[in-house]
Order: sequence, then structure tokens, then C-alpha cells
Amino acid sequence: MRLTEEQQEIYDGKKGETYAKVMQTLVRYGELFGAEEMTEVTGEYGHLVTSFGLKVIHPVYKLMDELIDSGVASKQKFTMDPRPLDANVPSGPIKDLVFKKFMYSMQDEYEQQLKKLGLLSEDGFSCACYFDEQGNRPKKGDVLSWAESSAVVYANSVLGARCNRNSGIIELFGSILGYVPKFGLLTDEGRRATWKIELKTSKLPSAQVLGSAIGMKVMEDVPYVFGLSEYLGEELTPEVCAYLKNFGAATASNGAVGLYHIDKLTPEAKELGESLINDDAKTYVIDDAELKRVVDSYPVIWKNPDAKPKMCFIGCPHLSKAELTDWINKICDGLKASGRTKPVIPTVLTSAPGVIKSLKGSEELKAAEAAGLVISYICPLMYCDNPLVHSTPIITNSNKLRTYTSCRFYEDETVLAMITGGK
Amino acid sequence: MKEFRGRVIVKGTCTATALVSHEGFNTLASYQTSFLTGDKKATCSDQNNPDIYKKPMAGAALCLPQTIGSTTGGMILYTASDYGRQPACMLFSKPIDSIGAAGVLLSDIWTDAKMPTIDSLGDDFLSYVKTGMTITVKEDGTVLVG
Repeated sequence: MRLTEEQQEIYDGKKGETYAKVMQTLVRYGELFGAEEMTEVTGEYGHLVTSFGLKVIHPVYKLMDELIDSGVASKQKFTMDPRPLDANVPSGPIKDLVFKKFMYSMQDEYEQQLKKLGLLSEDGFSCACYFDEQGNRPKKGDVLSWAESSAVVYANSVLGARCNRNSGIIELFGSILGYVPKFGLLTDEGRRATWKIELKTSKLPSAQVLGSAIGMKVMEDVPYVFGLSEYLGEELTPEVCAYLKNFGAATASNGAVGLYHIDKLTPEAKELGESLINDDAKTYVIDDAELKRVVDSYPVIWKNPDAKPKMCFIGCPHLSKAELTDWINKICDGLKASGRTKPVIPTVLTSAPGVIKSLKGSEELKAAEAAGLVISYICPLMYCDNPLVHSTPIITNSNKLRTYTSCRFYEDETVLAMITGGK
Repeated sequence: MKEFRGRVIVKGTCTATALVSHEGFNTLASYQTSFLTGDKKATCSDQNNPDIYKKPMAGAALCLPQTIGSTTGGMILYTASDYGRQPACMLFSKPIDSIGAAGVLLSDIWTDAKMPTIDSLGDDFLSYVKTGMTITVKEDGTVLVG
């Protein structure tokens, strides 16, 4: 890899051994993928995936200490994925004790380390850092050093920024140096579509299921989707962005998609159209039967598949403001229709701290409180992804949560009916 | 004995017993329970991967197509290496993925662990190798199986 004089000096240790190791890690990382140079990180803020102070990842805290003690600081401030704990979320005394005293006992210390390295704010904890309320929204063409697969795919596809699917720690190193190796989704070539997706369904498909089908088919490749803008329109309205957020998270978790193009809708598809598609692109046709096949293929890993659900999580990735208010209204209307005052299944709606704050005092939050809904900034994945919760039958409308935990997936309408006791 | 040749990601030599995952290796799902329980054998906890579920990963010659799953994967592999619970080597049939690459490089540069890593060994490698076979890795990227 060709390095600038400044980069070479860092590599050679002129800024100290720790900076040199950071640079050597990124150089070797880039060389594996054919990068010939480092490119400047032009996005204003970074975003880190490792937001949890899990006691057992002690080596991470050791590495953080090494960085801090060596005087290393991030060139840019950064936001984080959601916190793993929120006292509002029902758990019970045993889980509470285990979560706070054992599993996530390093949370406070870890957040102190993050502050020293460049944490943007106390409220900067959400997987949807790009929400206006969270303040980390890159511009088109910005080069980013982010991890968190759902945020990366959204930034690339909907915002037109440029970011590879980085691992935790690697993304922090990019923010520290202000450079990342130029390869993959940072290049024009790497952003070309290698799959044509032809949507031939009878109605707008569930974002979660469509994303899942495409993710499982194309894995880490770049799909170009025809037929979706006929349902969604050609403007990126808040509703369309929410759909694409959920769609992208499913492509990234059920597969490893880092970028998708939607014909006539997403920025690069609008600009460049079908010229983005490689000549040898493969084709995947999706109709109603194919989506049914995909849903039917999901394993149910509850010990008792007929168990009565004990909890419901809605909001992985975090709900936008419009989604959160819409879910509260739909649930309250559903409860009214079924003659109930509280949900049949304890339900947690998760959203970004900034979104929840912006709704403080609103009619929607008062209605949610009256109905016993829990509104939380927690990461549902962190809550569910541990042995204490594995045996609890939890339902969700998130395909990402289904993929990484024992939660059982249902589409929105079914989840709504289950929690409100409706038909 | 059959010989395969790939690209050297992390140089080194080792001889170990093969543990073969024909599906993508989900790093977080595979390690999470052993981290929580302090299991030094790093028994695989990924229920969705029957090839390696409940089998010890520490010290094994892990044969895989690529890694899959959470972008915390690199951090997880680094953590396993710092604890000394990493595989003896990682042998990728396909070109290494970005999350797997992060994990093996963080292990190599930021810990004392030795985990020779070879990629692009080819589909034939993963078809041929079976869990329990003896694997020898050489510095030039040669892998001897059987």
C-alpha cells in the first residue's frame, strides 16, 4: 500500500508504538482486500458497535486502556450502538442482579473509557445514529469509519455515504487515525450491483421478509432491486426511509449486505440507473411464493414451540419517531377494539434516546404509559442474546433479532394482533 | 494425505485436529456462551451450526468457508485470542471476509496468541477435510490434511 509521509511516519512508530500498531492493523487489513492507499474519513462522526460493558470482554478494556494511556485520542467524536441495560425493561430480580452485577458490570467503567476516547454525548447510544434526533447523519459521498451492520447499510444505500462493513475495534482505529484503507464499498467499482432483483409480488412486501430473502440469496454482494419503487414511490419520505431501514437491517443480518440500490429511489440508482449493474449480474425473482418459502424456512428454537409468549420486542433497529408514534397508536386502537386496557403480552418498544426525549410530554407517550407499554432505549439484541433469556419465549417483528437470538419472528400485523388480543 | 495451498494471512506453523464448519462460522454465536461461563475449551454455542455445536474450538484447526454474523465478530475473536482460547489455526476455503480479517489481525498484532491463518484454500479443501483429521500448516500457506 502507498502511504503518505505522515502515514508512513505513524506506521514506523514516530508517534509511538500504540499509534504504529493502530496504523499497521489498518494497513494489513486493507492490503488483504487489495487497497492501494488510505483515504481520509470525511464524515463528521464515527459510530462504534461495541456499546456493552460485558464483564467477560476484559481484553477490550485492556486495549482501551492501552490507547488512553498512550495518549491516543479519536480524531473524530463518535456515537455508539444502544446500551444493553434499561431499568424500565421488565426483567425480574434474578435477571436484574445477574445483568447489573455480573454480565454488564463494566458498563460504567467502559463508558468512562469511551468518553476519554471521544464519545459524542451521553445520549449518543442508538443503532440508528443517523436519525435527525441523534445527530450523526452523514452526507452523500462522506467516507465513514463505522461498524453496526444496519447503520452501515443505511448510510451507504439511503444516504449515499461510503463505508465498508467493518468490525468492532477496526472502526475505532479508523476514527483514531482519520484514515481508512480504500477498498470495497469505498470505491465506485465496489458499489456496482452484482445481482438484479426482480420483485413480482401482489402487494408491498414486508420490509423485514423481503430484506431477509435478498440477504440470504446475495450474502455480501450488492443487489439492485426493480419493482419496489412502484410501491414505495420515488421520494425518500420518512415512511419510505423507515421501510428501507428495516429492509436494510434484514439484508445485513440475514446475509451480509453492506449496500443495496433501489431502482428510481435510492441516491445512486436515481443518478446512474441501470448503468450501476454489472453485465454478468445474476438474477433473483421474488414473488409471493418465494417470500412464503423464506418465512417457512425460519427455525423455531423455543424449547416448547407452543409456549405462550412472555414478552414482545418491537424496534430492532430502533424505531424512528414516526414508527414509534404509529406503533403506539395502533396498539392503543387495537386494545380498544378488543376491549382491553393492557397488552396481552408485555411489550417493549425501542427507540433512540433522542427520539424518546423529543416525545416527552406528548399525547402518544401518555397513551403508551396508560396502556402499560414500555418505551426504552435498550438494545433488544443485548437483552435477549444471553443464556438467562434464551429460555424465555419472546416474539418480535425484527428479522435481525430473530437471526441472532431465540426470539420468534412474526410480521407486523400478526404481532399487533397477538399483543392486543385482536384477530 | 492431501495437500492444499492458499494465501497466507497470518504466517506460522501448527499441527492440530480439524474442526470443520461447512456453513459460515458465526463468531459471536459460537463464542458467547463460553465467554459467559469461562469455559477454557471454548465449546461452540452456535445452535444453528450443527457441524461444530458443542465441540471445543480452542486449539482446533478451524476449517470454514468465511465468518458470518455480527460486526462484533472481530472483537470477539481478539478477545478469545487474548484469553488463549483461540483456534490453533483458521483455514478459510474462500477469500477471507472483512470481519474475520479484523479478528485474525487484531489477534496477531494486539495479543501474544499464535493463530496461523490461510485463506482461499478452495471448495475442494472444505469438501475433503473432516472433523478429527490431522492438519499441518506450513509457513508458505501449504496445508496438509490427513
